[in-house]
Amino acid sequence: MTTHSILLSGFGGQGILFAGKLLAYMGLIMDKNVSWLPSYGPEMRGGTANCNVIISDDTIGSPIINNPSTLICMNKPSFNKFVPMVEKNGLVVLDSSLIDIKGERGDINFVEIPATQIATDNQHPKLANMVMLGRTLKELNLGDESVVISALKKTIPNRKIEMLEVNKKAILAGYNFT
Amino acid sequence: MSDKVLMKGNEAAAEAAIRAGCRYFFGYPITPQTEVSAYMAKKMPKIDGVFLQAESEVAAINMVFGAAGAGARAMTSTSSPGFSLKQEGVSYIAGADLPCVILDVVRAGPGLGGIQAAQSDYFQVTKGGGHGDYRLIVLAPSTVQEMATFTALAFDLADKYRNPALVLSDGILGQMMEPIDFDDVEAGFDPSKIRDFSDKPWATTGTNCKRGQNLIKSINTNPVELEQENIERYAKYAEVEKNEKRCETIGVENADVLFVAYGTSARICKNTIELLKKERVTAKLFRPITLWPFPDDALKLAAKNVKAVVVVEMSHGQMIEDVRLNIQDKPIYFSGRSGGMIPLPADIAKVAIDAVSVIKNDGSNTYEGGRE
Repeated sequence: MTTHSILLSGFGGQGILFAGKLLAYMGLIMDKNVSWLPSYGPEMRGGTANCNVIISDDTIGSPIINNPSTLICMNKPSFNKFVPMVEKNGLVVLDSSLIDIKGERGDINFVEIPATQIATDNQHPKLANMVMLGRTLKELNLGDESVVISALKKTIPNRKIEMLEVNKKAILAGYNFT
Repeated sequence: MSDKVLMKGNEAAAEAAIRAGCRYFFGYPITPQTEVSAYMAKKMPKIDGVFLQAESEVAAINMVFGAAGAGARAMTSTSSPGFSLKQEGVSYIAGADLPCVILDVVRAGPGLGGIQAAQSDYFQVTKGGGHGDYRLIVLAPSTVQEMATFTALAFDLADKYRNPALVLSDGILGQMMEPIDFDDVEAGFDPSKIRDFSDKPWATTGTNCKRGQNLIKSINTNPVELEQENIERYAKYAEVEKNEKRCETIGVENADVLFVAYGTSARICKNTIELLKKERVTAKLFRPITLWPFPDDALKLAAKNVKAVVVVEMSHGQMIEDVRLNIQDKPIYFSGRSGGMIPLPADIAKVAIDAVSVIKNDGSNTYEGGRE
C-alpha cells in the first residue's frame, strides 16, 4: 500500500495547480484514490501558489498535507518554507534555474533540474511545470506514457487541445533529463 | 479507467443541483464558494434555467423565496458572512413552509473573518440564525462525492417536508477536487417535472380560474392561529427527527476513544485514528451527517463502551454542546482550531492519548492502556 503526498509549490502563473491536476488525474486513471487541494486566497493573486495532491491505495482522510513525501518546488520562498516539512527519506525536486540554494537536510533526496531553462530552450518557457513533473514521475516511477497522455486529455481544455503535444514533449524532456 | 471526473466540491454541488431539477439559482459572490455561482452562470442559460447574480445576499435569498413559492426547486449558495445576511429570508421561508436549498461553504469568523475553512457556524445553522421557532434540515458532507449527493438529497428533503434544507460545507470541501461519479447522485426527481408543479398544490402557479387562490406568507397577527401554525410546524419537525437522522461510524467496535466530528474534521480524525494505532490507542469515529436532526441515539450507542470521547471541530467548540447533551457518563474532551487554522492529526492524537492516560492514572478505572 502506497501513499504519495505531493506538495507542488511556486509562484502564481507557473502552472502549479495545473501540474497538480494532471497528477491527480493520473492517479484517477490508475484507479487510485486521489485528492487535490489548492491554496486559495490573497497569496495566489500574484504571490505564491501551492497545491496538495494525494495519490493513495487507501481511502484518503485529510486532503491537507502536513508532511509531504514529495515536494515539487519552483521558487525560493516555497523552498525555504516547505523543505523543513518534507518527511524523512522524502523527495524534493527543485527548479535549479530559479532556486540557487542547496538543500541542507541530509535525510531527504534533493533532485535538481534546470526546468525553466529546459522549457525556454524548447520554446515553451511556461511549460517548466511539465518539465518538473516529468522529472518527478521518473523519480517516483509513477505512471507510464499512456497514463500521462490520458491525463493530459482530461486536464487540457478542449479549446487548447493543440497544446497536448508540447506538454507531452516538455514532460518527456524532464523525464529524460540526466 | 472509471467514468469518474475530478471536480471541486463547489462545482459538484452545483452540477448535482441541476441534476436534481434546480433551474433557479440566485447567488452573490463570496470566497470560498464563488465557483458555485460561476458554474451556474455557465450552465443555467444552456438548459433554459435562471442564473441571477443578485445585488446582495438579502436580495438573493428573497428571490429564492419567490421561486420556491411558485413551486420551483430553487437554490442559493454563500459563505458565512453572506449566510448571516440571508437570515431574515431564511426565517421567512421556513415560516411560509417553503422548500429550498442553501449551500453554506463556511469560512472563518466572526465578522468578515477570513477566507479559510472553518466550522464555526454550527450554532447558526442548527440552533436558529434567524428569528422565530424554526429548524433547518442540515446535511454535512465530508467528500466531494457527498457535496453532490447531499445537495441532491437536500432538494428531496426540502420538498418532502416543505422546509429549507442546508448543506454545510467549508472552504476545504468547496475548493478541493476529488473523483466524482454522478451515477451515484440520486435524487427522487422526475426530470419531466422541472416545469410541472402539479404535485405542489400549495404553490402560487396561477389559478387558471380552476381553483381558489393560494396565499404564501409568514405573517399572521392572530396569536391563536400563529401558535397553531407553529404547533403544526413542530409536528413536522418531529417527523423529520423520527425519519431523517443520518450518521456514520468508522473504526473498530471496541475502541477506547470515540472521536465525534463532521465534514473536514471527520477526515482529519481518520488520519488521527491511523496515527493512534502506532501509539496502541484504539479509536473510532462517529460522524454526524445530519447536524439537525442530530443523530443522538446512534451517538449514545457508539459511545457506549468507550473510555473517553474527543470532539473535534474547526471552531472553539459548538457541536460539543450537543455531544454533552447526549453523553453524561464519559469524559468529553475537545480538540479544535479556528480562524482558518486546521487541526493537526498529531495534536488531536495527543488529546486522545492524554484522555486515556488520565483515566489510567485515576485509579477509578481499570483501563490498561488499550494494548492489543
